[in-house]
Amino acid sequence: MEVELIFKISLVIVMFAISLGIAAYATYGERKFAAWFQDRMGPSNAGPWGLLQPLADGGKMFFKEDFIPAASEKFLFILAPCIAMLTALMTSAVIPWTTDVVVMGQILSVQVADLDIGILYVLGFVSIGVYGIMIGGWSSNNKYSLMGAVRASSQMISYELAMGLSLLAIIIMTGSLGLREIVDGQTGSFLGFLPNWNVFKQPLGFLLFLICAFAETNRAPFDLPECETELVGGYHTEYSSMKLGFFLFAEYINMFISSAVIATVYFGGYHFPYLNRMISDPNMLAAAGFAVFFAKIFFFIFLYMWVRWTLPRFRYDQLMHLGWKTLIPIAVLNLLLTGAVMILKDYI
Amino acid sequence: MSEILTYILGGISIATALLVVFSKNPVHSVLYLILTFFSIAGQYILLNAQFLFIVQVIVYSGAIMVLFLFVLMLLNLNKDTEPQKENMFKLMGVVAGGLLLVSIVGMLKGIGHINLPENPDSQIGMVKNLGLVLFSDYVVPFELSSILFLSGMVGAVLIGKKESTDIN
Repeated sequence: MEVELIFKISLVIVMFAISLGIAAYATYGERKFAAWFQDRMGPSNAGPWGLLQPLADGGKMFFKEDFIPAASEKFLFILAPCIAMLTALMTSAVIPWTTDVVVMGQILSVQVADLDIGILYVLGFVSIGVYGIMIGGWSSNNKYSLMGAVRASSQMISYELAMGLSLLAIIIMTGSLGLREIVDGQTGSFLGFLPNWNVFKQPLGFLLFLICAFAETNRAPFDLPECETELVGGYHTEYSSMKLGFFLFAEYINMFISSAVIATVYFGGYHFPYLNRMISDPNMLAAAGFAVFFAKIFFFIFLYMWVRWTLPRFRYDQLMHLGWKTLIPIAVLNLLLTGAVMILKDYI
Repeated sequence: MSEILTYILGGISIATALLVVFSKNPVHSVLYLILTFFSIAGQYILLNAQFLFIVQVIVYSGAIMVLFLFVLMLLNLNKDTEPQKENMFKLMGVVAGGLLLVSIVGMLKGIGHINLPENPDSQIGMVKNLGLVLFSDYVVPFELSSILFLSGMVGAVLIGKKESTDIN
């Protein structure tokens, strides 16, 4: 019991550190990749290859003047970035990071909480995250901030439906909401030559989920809440110093968590074909699974950046058009098809 | 331990619910209402009803309150623009509130007669058990309400489709 408690607490701390570390270096990655796509150098002065740039940025954020507008709601103005950061960090609690490890003769699962409701927890706390943006935008008492906040909330509500519907197809297939069951249902092979990942069984569902994940994390091409050309800086126009830093940081943490969720639900999480046959020691297998999982996560973080620097931003009516008139009908169709296949499977 | 938490959460629920009514600013009211919903969600966790907890968070604290907040932010109500209500409306409010009070008193009166089970099943709130109950004992109301929700969603898409088809 005591070993388990110490293990879980250290897992929480390690995951907290990893989330922050990845978020910090995702900003570096974003700038380097942007530079690469645009044939520039990117940050290169702080440390070798500019590797210390995130630290320099963080330090700068701390030393900037912390300005609170006189006409703002002071308490809510301070609360908003805290909510954004808190909900972003909370979501990682249900993600299974790797296979079970053996510590001092005890089998421990590398997952902070294996909740019965698993994937719903992620959806719930992602949808709470929009309050940070809404409260921040409203309490700034600035029309551009308010427009950003209103856009964020309507975008969130519109894309949550299609996201939930595409996840329902996965839940029908797996028969469980728990993320560990969803991952462990993806072992073996599909059609004899493909790994048994949900992406091959649910290609349409994956595409829908990916688009919705881009919209829910407010990333380009759906970054209308912080559209610079129309709204100055969007919901965080009035923010400065580390409060602004928290908003930006929360976005990168959300990107990391949503990449982890995509990898877990559609790409087999920590599973890789033949990995469990090559390695017999459980702790080595867990380490390999962890590496595989993070390789998948990094690929999706790269995909987020790739899309951002490739596609232009949607217009606002196009965004709503896509969400309500295209994605939701396709998601319902996908759900019906999945249900039909699951019933017919028993008769064949 | 859980008894103390129940009382703390209950206290938060009542305090924030009162603040919803007494706040001058409608946006503050909505924010307090979100806190009320969260404290009720906390009560569900104490009862080990994980599914009800997350549904409370997603539906009430998440979706519905986001819509409320969205509308209020767009309207941008404040003390100067608040219309003075007529006496008729005030009277209607008093009658409606009085009826609510009567029903609450009626509920409290029956509280002594509830037979609580001796050994309640702590796993009843888990998704699997809840699903089994919904799809066996309550399958007709469950299916009917799901059709209602689906038609609501289709209705929203249809309303969106009706307007100007030349935009793309």
